Amino acid sequence: MNKQAKRNWTWSRILRWAVFLALILMVPAIFGGNQYHMYVATLVCVYIIVIMGLNLTLGYAGQISLGHAAFMGIGAYTVALMTLHGHSFWLALPLGAVIAFIAGLILGIPSLRVKHHYLALVTLGFGTVVYLLMTNEHEFTGGFSGLPGIPRPNFFGLSLHSATSFYLMVVGFLILATIIMLWILNSRWGRAFKAIRENDVRAEMVGVSLLAYKLLAFAIGAAYAAIGGGLLAPLMHFIDPTSFPVQESFWFLIMLIIGGSGRFEGPFIGVIAVMLLPEFLRGAQQLFFVIFASLTLALVIFWPTGLAGLIDLFFRRVLKRNAPQLTK
Amino acid sequence: MLIQLVLSSIAIGAIYALVAMGFTLLWQAAHTVNFAQGDFVTVSAVLMFILIGAGVPFVWALLATVAIAGALLGYVVKAGIIQPLIRRSQTTLIVATIALSFLASNAVATFWSSQCKAFPPVFGMMPYHIGSVALSRQHVWTIAIAIALILAINLFIQRTKPGKAMQAVAQNREAAKVLGINISRVTTMVFVINAVLVAFAAALIAPVYMVRFDMGAQLGLKAFYAAAIGGFNQIRGALLGGFLVGIIETFSSAYLSTEYREMFVLLVLIAVILIRKEGLLGTEER
Repeated sequence: MNKQAKRNWTWSRILRWAVFLALILMVPAIFGGNQYHMYVATLVCVYIIVIMGLNLTLGYAGQISLGHAAFMGIGAYTVALMTLHGHSFWLALPLGAVIAFIAGLILGIPSLRVKHHYLALVTLGFGTVVYLLMTNEHEFTGGFSGLPGIPRPNFFGLSLHSATSFYLMVVGFLILATIIMLWILNSRWGRAFKAIRENDVRAEMVGVSLLAYKLLAFAIGAAYAAIGGGLLAPLMHFIDPTSFPVQESFWFLIMLIIGGSGRFEGPFIGVIAVMLLPEFLRGAQQLFFVIFASLTLALVIFWPTGLAGLIDLFFRRVLKRNAPQLTK
Repeated sequence: MLIQLVLSSIAIGAIYALVAMGFTLLWQAAHTVNFAQGDFVTVSAVLMFILIGAGVPFVWALLATVAIAGALLGYVVKAGIIQPLIRRSQTTLIVATIALSFLASNAVATFWSSQCKAFPPVFGMMPYHIGSVALSRQHVWTIAIAIALILAINLFIQRTKPGKAMQAVAQNREAAKVLGINISRVTTMVFVINAVLVAFAAALIAPVYMVRFDMGAQLGLKAFYAAAIGGFNQIRGALLGGFLVGIIETFSSAYLSTEYREMFVLLVLIAVILIRKEGLLGTEER
């Protein structure tokens, strides 16, 4: 790890991560008896992986993607179709990620020719095309009736069919995805991504190959989304196109912005806040959409680092106030 | 049959052209891609529906909606959301308008209704007959009003002082500022004009579509595609793009495939981007 990275990892932050890890591992002990609670907890972990990918593409590399739900759909349909035809989940999941990675590379090429609003347009178009294929290629994707009966996998003879064991598997993927993301961000790639976001002309002048890195940011983000989608399919046992419309990609952006775009904790905080709050405060879903959309606007205007930034500020304040007492 | 198809494709194209023209105006003045454009249509249509339901005659309901839309979707949006973000990245503006789109459509669903409601046929039901050909009243009026509006906006931009200021800002922001043009005020004006265009588009589309909280989503997307096909920084481009999208969509769903009609528009869009990324009539941007 370089110096910058070391400075970012204060003890308070490491402690917070440790508490978070302990909490997610304790979920089965607390909610294990309740199928629905386990389902929601698993869903949260799945979406954190998806939004982590978007955070790399948008938050770190500054490339807008409105096709993220489509990448997720690619992963979900690959896993669903392959496992339904008797192939192994452990083969299907990486394959979905590879397909999305390649699709991301192909889609990333226009992002080199054109910028910002055209990139939004191209990814939006891609999302629409994938959605149209899902809904209209009935004999392949089941159309709107979807694909039922997607099995959950075994892991070296160990059954992952129960809610708790499947949850633990998804947590395993989440930890793996987090470690890989941490590694990417602290490698040369990660610093190049940030340089592109800040100023891509300057980045190119100091020798960052824009072409390669923009493509990578896109493709890795897409692969993360596909992994999330590939986990979603066996979780729900059923998928249909309504999980992956273009509006879903917009919703992903909102989750990321609320959590904190370009902040490592952003996807975690955003997904947890956006998905769990409506579970606790039962009410009309659309009212929550109104609340979260307003919150997003407020954060974009007044606090671009999102809730992650707010939490950071809170801890810094608290620690500062306590610091003199601690040293006495 | 063919004449009706042509007429309906031009009518829907005219509505796309109006909304797409708003896109290009916003792009030129504020470098904003308004992803809430379609939801602006929804909000206007709902307002008009409520007013008509309360017994207000259509013309007055339309004028009132234009005024409210100009104030709320034009002035308030510009001052409250766009102004604080205009110096930040384009990506930030895109994200903000996406959030605004979510806010608008879900606010309509929460505080008004999430049901589909039929808009009254304000232009009348009986078709016009010219010889043996029956022409839909809705289509004829749509085309007439849209063209009148397009001409009016063009006259405004070319002949009046504020219109010329808009052109100046679009061509060169810095130079316009040096010449003493109040950029912020021009941007506000453009947002208000866009809201007015959108309110008219809502009046024209509402009798065709049903009024629903998500009725604008598709329209907004089509107008976005239209602006990109025609050229994002040219009003002429938006008009051409709007009519093209209307024609491609109507004819491909009549003769090729209804499910994939959006795909044909996208194919044209991809072809345009690959061959001429600034759009058919667009110009290279610095």
